[in-house]
Amino acid sequence: MKPEELRYAKTHEWVYVLQEDDNRLATVGISAFAVEALTDLVFLELPEVGKQVQQGDTLGEVESVKAVSDFYSPVAGEVVEVNSELPNELERLGEDPYGQGWIAKIRLSDDSSLDTLMDHAAYGALCAEEEI
Amino acid sequence: MTQTLAETPLHGWHAAHGGRMVEFGGWSMPVQYSSILQEHQATRTAVGLFDISHMGRLRLEGSAAAQFLDSLLTRKVLDLPLGSICYGLLANDEGGTIDDVLVYHLEDQCGPFYMVVCNASNREKVIRWLENHLPDNADIQLRDETYDSAMIAVQGPLALEAVAPLVDDDPAGMRYYTGRCGRIGNTFGQWSRTGYTGEDGWELIVPAAAAAELWEQLVLMGRQSGGTTVGLAARDTLRLEAAMPLYGHELSESISGVQAGLGFTMNLQDRSFPGRDALLQLKNDNTLPRRVGLICAGKRVPREGYAIASESERVGKVTSGTFSPTLEKPIAMGYVAPSAAVVGNDLMIDLRGRMEVARVVPLPFYRKSVT
Repeated sequence: MKPEELRYAKTHEWVYVLQEDDNRLATVGISAFAVEALTDLVFLELPEVGKQVQQGDTLGEVESVKAVSDFYSPVAGEVVEVNSELPNELERLGEDPYGQGWIAKIRLSDDSSLDTLMDHAAYGALCAEEEI
Repeated sequence: MTQTLAETPLHGWHAAHGGRMVEFGGWSMPVQYSSILQEHQATRTAVGLFDISHMGRLRLEGSAAAQFLDSLLTRKVLDLPLGSICYGLLANDEGGTIDDVLVYHLEDQCGPFYMVVCNASNREKVIRWLENHLPDNADIQLRDETYDSAMIAVQGPLALEAVAPLVDDDPAGMRYYTGRCGRIGNTFGQWSRTGYTGEDGWELIVPAAAAAELWEQLVLMGRQSGGTTVGLAARDTLRLEAAMPLYGHELSESISGVQAGLGFTMNLQDRSFPGRDALLQLKNDNTLPRRVGLICAGKRVPREGYAIASESERVGKVTSGTFSPTLEKPIAMGYVAPSAAVVGNDLMIDLRGRMEVARVVPLPFYRKSVT
C-alpha cells in the first residue's frame, strides 16, 4: 500500500479501506514516522479477533527497549483478522510498515469515523510539527 | 516556564550527529544516536564512546582532605594509595544512601588531590553535604570542577586501542581502579581504568575547552575499530546487564548499601562516619528486602515499580528493567523479601495487569570474557 493513498489518525495509525461485497474492510497499521521514533522494538501485542472497537480505543501495545506504547484503532468496527506473524517478525514494522507490517483488519461498523482522519499531506504536516 | 537545561561541552556535537536529546539530572543529554541495540552491541564487541560530563566532579586539596573524606565515606579513604580509586557510599544517619561515588587519589602539576565523582542528579546535594561537614579552620579546599571540565568514557574490548595513542604511559599496564594525570591528546587531564558497562575501558577527564577536539579524535579512532558513540539508553542496558546499581533505583535515601548487596563498599570496624551505626544494625537485620536479578520467561519488559509476587503474595518490586541485548531476554533488578530472594526461585512480575514468570538468577547477568 502506498502511503499517499492512506488516511491517518493523529496517534500515527494508518488506514486503508477496501470494499468487499457488503463490507467495508479497513486494514490498519502504524506509520513509518511512529515506527522510526520507537526504535529497537522487542514486543507487539495484537488485538483479539472478534474485538469490537470504537475509534480511539486501544488496539494493542508495542514495546521497545526504552518504553511501551499503546496504539489505537483509527476506525470503529470489529477486528476480523490480525497479522499473526508480525510479533515474531517485528522488523517488518520498520522495513515495510504499510505492507507486510499491517497489524489488523477491521470490518467497519461506522463510516463516519473515516471523516475525522487526515490525508497524507495533512499527516505529513502534523509530523513536521511534532519534529520541532 | 520551561527549566533551562545544562549543556555539556559536547552538546553541539550530539545534536549535529543524530543525538536525540532528553533531560537527565538537569542536563540535556543524548539518549541514543541510532539504535540502542546497536550501540550496546558495539560496546560489547568493539568500543563505545560516552559523554558523561553531566556527572559531578569535585576536587579536594589540602593536608586534611583525606581525613575529611574518610570521615564521610562508608569506605576507607585514609589508606587509598596515590594513583588509586575506590567506589563507596555517602550514607545518611539512618544508613540510607546520599549518593554512590568514586573517590580518586591522584597527583598533577599542582600537587596531590582527591576527586569525588558523583551522580549528576545528586551533585548539589553532595556539595551541600560536604560543605556542611567541613571542620572549621581545616586545611581543605573544595572546588566544583563540573562546569570547567568534560568527562568521556571509552568502553569495550577495543578501548585500549582508542586510548593508548593519546597518552604517554602505556595504559595496558594499569590495574582496574587506578588513574593517572598527564597529557591526553592535545590537552592535559586524568584517565582511569574505570567504567559503568562491565567492559574494560577508561574514563577521561579534561578541561571543557579541550573536550570537542578529543571527542572527535576518539570518534574517528573508535569508528575504525567498529565502535560508535553511545547514548544514555544503551548506557542503562549495559550497566543493568553488569548489575551495577543506579541511584534513584537500586540506591536511594531510604535504600542502604546493605540491602543493595554492596558490603564491599563498607568498612565498618573502628571507623566513624554518618550512618555507620545504622549500617551495622542493618547488616544484622535478616528481614530486610534484598536486591535480586530476574530473567523473564516472556517477551514483555519489566519496568521500574512493577510489583513482584510469590505464590499470590506480594514480595517486592522492580527497581530497573529492560530488554537485555546480550541475553535476548527481558531482565530486571528489584528488591524482594529474603524468603523469596533465592536463586532458582520462580517469581511473578505484574506486567501491566498480566502476571508473568521471572526466575531469580545470580548477579551479574553478564561478565566480560577474560583474555
